[in-house]
Amino acid sequence: MTDTTALHYTEEHEWIALDGDIATIGITDYAADKLGDVVFVELPAAGTTVTEGTVVGEIESTKSVGELFAPVSGEVVEANQAVVDSPELVNSDPFGEGWLIKVNASSLPKFLSHAEYRALVGE
Amino acid sequence: MTNEPGTTTPERLSPLDAVHRAAGASFTDFAGWQMPVRYSSDLAEHHAVRNSAGLFDLSHMGEIVLIGAEAAAALDHALAGKLSAIEIGQAKYSLLLADDGGIIDDLVVYRTGDDRYMVVANASNASVVADELRTRAAGFDTIVSDESDDVALIALQGPDARAVLLETPGFGVEGPGNDGEDFDAKLEALKYYRAFPATFEGEPVLVARTGYTGEDGFELYLAPERAARLWEALAETGGPRVTPCGLASRDTLRLEAGMPLYGHELSRDILPVQAGLGRVVALAKPDAFVGRAAIEQGPAADAPVLVGLAAEGRRAARADYEIYDGDDAEATRVGIVTSGALSPTLGHPIAMAFVAPDAAEPGRELFVDVRGTRVAASVVALPFYKRNA
Repeated sequence: MTDTTALHYTEEHEWIALDGDIATIGITDYAADKLGDVVFVELPAAGTTVTEGTVVGEIESTKSVGELFAPVSGEVVEANQAVVDSPELVNSDPFGEGWLIKVNASSLPKFLSHAEYRALVGE
Repeated sequence: MTNEPGTTTPERLSPLDAVHRAAGASFTDFAGWQMPVRYSSDLAEHHAVRNSAGLFDLSHMGEIVLIGAEAAAALDHALAGKLSAIEIGQAKYSLLLADDGGIIDDLVVYRTGDDRYMVVANASNASVVADELRTRAAGFDTIVSDESDDVALIALQGPDARAVLLETPGFGVEGPGNDGEDFDAKLEALKYYRAFPATFEGEPVLVARTGYTGEDGFELYLAPERAARLWEALAETGGPRVTPCGLASRDTLRLEAGMPLYGHELSRDILPVQAGLGRVVALAKPDAFVGRAAIEQGPAADAPVLVGLAAEGRRAARADYEIYDGDDAEATRVGIVTSGALSPTLGHPIAMAFVAPDAAEPGRELFVDVRGTRVAASVVALPFYKRNA
């Protein structure tokens, strides 16, 4: 189990796990629940340079389309092929197997803490 | 201005609200009501209806009752169909048209007696429909009563719906000397788009074989204070065969079944024939019904028509996406998507759309602008999904 209190968060309902410069990025359980069953995920390929705050991917449910914003700038080092093949992982394990991309971050903005994020979503 | 959802009216709660909250439902604002959008998984709920049975709370829908010697004549004048021709216990899909032929709402009308009908309207249009029916029924010997606040609606839909309903204790039929056997016999004999008055734990319930999912199923109209008991009895009796379902699965189910949704496929700007509903308009009836002249004149020759679209891959076209006749910069815009989703049953994207008549022939390849990418889609006949009879 991922310790969600140790993760960083954004107002776009993404979580970030930092390991040195490598940021593993996914969407929160709150976001996954709001979307409903995820049926399609489009992610930037490894090697893509992403810019913080821009849309770099899509997460589609039966009901709606969610955009993936890059929470950091840098180069994508890995996109989670398992989640592309099995989009339901975003719902079943949003903080674990449902991770989306790993980015070699060139800089880190200020993130929300777990407590701040839970306050944001009213929990 | 009418019915801006959620702007002026406070959110209304279903009589089943506490049941939904206890079940852990997620909610959505729908036409001013707070209704379950899903309980856990909208895909699981969708598949449950196709494979076993689903339980829906539709208490937000409007019920308007007409009673009087001229109730039938009033409806023949007010609506597009010939409602005087249906028998007691029969239901009919109909339309409330404006003078210019545009669709104010689509309705299911039940004849519940020689001199009485129940008109079921969409939640977003219920008060408009009630007002229009009152206006149009003036001069006829009938009263028009908006009973929406006094009627809850539970739908049980899917191949197991009938078996579960038969097994659920507490049902009877009205009148002296009746018992559960009579209810069973009536239910066994009930045909599609028919209804009969019954009782549940001694209180009235109208049992109708109608629905909006493309499956066999039932809709049960009863007093709001009885709704939770009935919901729980059906869920308990059905056990794993019955899954509570939210509005998200209802939308994908009706889309697969090619059924229009007001505000998407139907609106005041659309004539019935454009939406493939020409058969619903009874031009053969002698009555000067509202909208008749405009219907007889028909839409312009180039007015868009409703089609089905099927695509490959997993990226669904969604409402308001534009449709082109090619995938290059010179392509012409030929229509707009009204509803779309990745079909849970079929596994590929499906959509309904209004397109120019010369782009509407089945087999025609069109291109949907999916957030900047042109995705190929073929025009196909509706419905996308039809259950095995």
